[in-house]
Amino acid sequence: MSAKIAKFRELGLLAFILLLSVGVQLRNPSFLTWENLNDMITNTAILSILAVGMMLVILTRGIDLSIGATLALSGMVSALAVSRYPELHPLAAIGIGTGVGLVCGLILGFLVARIRILPIIATLGMMNVFRGLTYEASGGKWVSAHQMPDSFKDIATGSLLGINNLIAIAIFIYAAAYYFVNHTRTGRRIYAVGSNPDSAALSGIRSGKILQLVYSVMGALAGLAGVLWVSKFASAQGDTATGYELSVIAACVLGGVSIAGGAGKISGIVLGSILLGILNNALPMLNVSAFWQMFIQGAVILFAVLFNALVKRGIDRNHLMRRKI
Amino acid sequence: METRTITNRREFSWRSFILQWEWLLVALIAAVFVLNANLSEYFLDSRHLLDATMGFLDKAFIVLPMVFIILMGDIDISVASIVALSSVVMADLYQAGLPMEWAMAVCLAVGSLCGWINGMLIVRFKELSSVIVTLATMIIYRGIAYIILEDQAAGKFPKWFKFLGWEYVGNVPFILVAFAVCAAVFTYLLHKTTFGRKLYAIGNNPTASKFSGVEVDRIKVVVFTLAGLMSAVAALFLTSRMGSSRPNIASGYELEVIAMVVLGGVSTAGGKGRMAGAILAVFLIGYLRYGLGLVNISAQTLLIVLGLLLLFAVAVPRLNAGQRTVGRT
Repeated sequence: MSAKIAKFRELGLLAFILLLSVGVQLRNPSFLTWENLNDMITNTAILSILAVGMMLVILTRGIDLSIGATLALSGMVSALAVSRYPELHPLAAIGIGTGVGLVCGLILGFLVARIRILPIIATLGMMNVFRGLTYEASGGKWVSAHQMPDSFKDIATGSLLGINNLIAIAIFIYAAAYYFVNHTRTGRRIYAVGSNPDSAALSGIRSGKILQLVYSVMGALAGLAGVLWVSKFASAQGDTATGYELSVIAACVLGGVSIAGGAGKISGIVLGSILLGILNNALPMLNVSAFWQMFIQGAVILFAVLFNALVKRGIDRNHLMRRKI
Repeated sequence: METRTITNRREFSWRSFILQWEWLLVALIAAVFVLNANLSEYFLDSRHLLDATMGFLDKAFIVLPMVFIILMGDIDISVASIVALSSVVMADLYQAGLPMEWAMAVCLAVGSLCGWINGMLIVRFKELSSVIVTLATMIIYRGIAYIILEDQAAGKFPKWFKFLGWEYVGNVPFILVAFAVCAAVFTYLLHKTTFGRKLYAIGNNPTASKFSGVEVDRIKVVVFTLAGLMSAVAALFLTSRMGSSRPNIASGYELEVIAMVVLGGVSTAGGKGRMAGAILAVFLIGYLRYGLGLVNISAQTLLIVLGLLLLFAVAVPRLNAGQRTVGRT
């Protein structure tokens, strides 16, 4: 039954995405052009990479509000590195950014898993620390396009086997994450810790290690996304991606990741990210004022979590009714 | 015949008196004063010290109900957005021709309504944590503020409106007097009424409280509404201080408010903490900010200091407890 509803939910999301696309296309014919689609998908790639990490965190009943700041910090550090040493290989730049993000994630994981600070408090605090460090690292200045070597900017514009690098990286990460959460022991343990921490502990799962792992993965992915972001927009600023964590959380809850932990699928967050990407891209094309975007995003999050909760209630009621007494 | 009354207070002991979290805060405030006095000769001046409260007390009004919320084991990260929304609505209505008195009343009403919506959502959808509900409403409320004012500022308030943020009662800033009154009311509510005891009960064990006849849902709605109302009060003072309103005002207030409450010794696990600690923490962070501002430390460095202070405040009691506690859900 629950599998059925989950499938229904994904089909529903897909149908909604198609309807939305057709609707936008009717209003503005430049929506379904190759250029716009390409632009939209590359934009969504970064969001969807972050959504993978956020899903892992939310699966464990946590939340990470610091990823916008982590993204900015690692993007800034890698941008500073390539502007100082222009001959640096792009892969090294990616490595630096991911490394910075990983360190951020490790710190968060330590705070949440070891010191047992509530995720919301720990990430709220570190969000400010990382954001402050981003300004400190750059001295409040921007790193702009002319300071970056072409090889660095090519990370986002180049292509691999005919697919844009960003999309290729996202696909690779999704494939790896799919295998990880569905077919490895550690991956399944993440679900176990989220759906019932007490039973997980009783069955010998070290939840501390799992928590440490998910926040570190989140950090590393945010670091990677930081490099991709800076390379794509060819500018690193102190306020890069402020509030972006909210979009990522929205993508996750839209994709059916339960905020209560333990439930969420890779296929769901793919659809969630795409839907959010379309919304972000389509609203300006429909001449919706930019000032409405924030409200719409919040309403979408609220609607999605309430919808998830109601669906869950329906499932639970069905289970109760089918139970033989 | 001798009768004995059983008191519900613990007997006084020097040991537990000295080992109070509040003394650490007092010591930290003293340290901040010594540090600041060394850094800047302008710091230790009673007039400056009083005036400084005008700069940081606006958010302190939100700290008071936030103590209640965190005591119940919940959290509200939408407060800064409520400040922005109620301030923007007030400014917009005033510019549209509503008398200022009415606009201020609407400001308070909008704040309470926002808080009430938070409370109702949290009570009606128990499977959702207050984190995600207030995260969503945080975006929605600020989103509405942006829809109303876009990137404009609204202001040109009547002269007397400046009183809230800039004027004195005798030698004391009005905002300090107002805060003292509110703090007294909230302290009384928390420590001297059944309502206050029920908050502790809910924070310790919501299920047990419910079965012992505590109206958990109603109290939650009341407390979240109170948080909305006090956010609107903060909006009044902040708007008066700034002289105009913008949709992006008060950004980051939620962090500062939560930091103050947690630093004040209120446990994020719920059920533990006192009002006095939070009030001390208001002045600790306030004067720390003020002093660092005097010696031109950048806003970005302050962000780092504030974030670390928040983490320090949560981490220290945990380390002190030594043992791991079972995670609450």
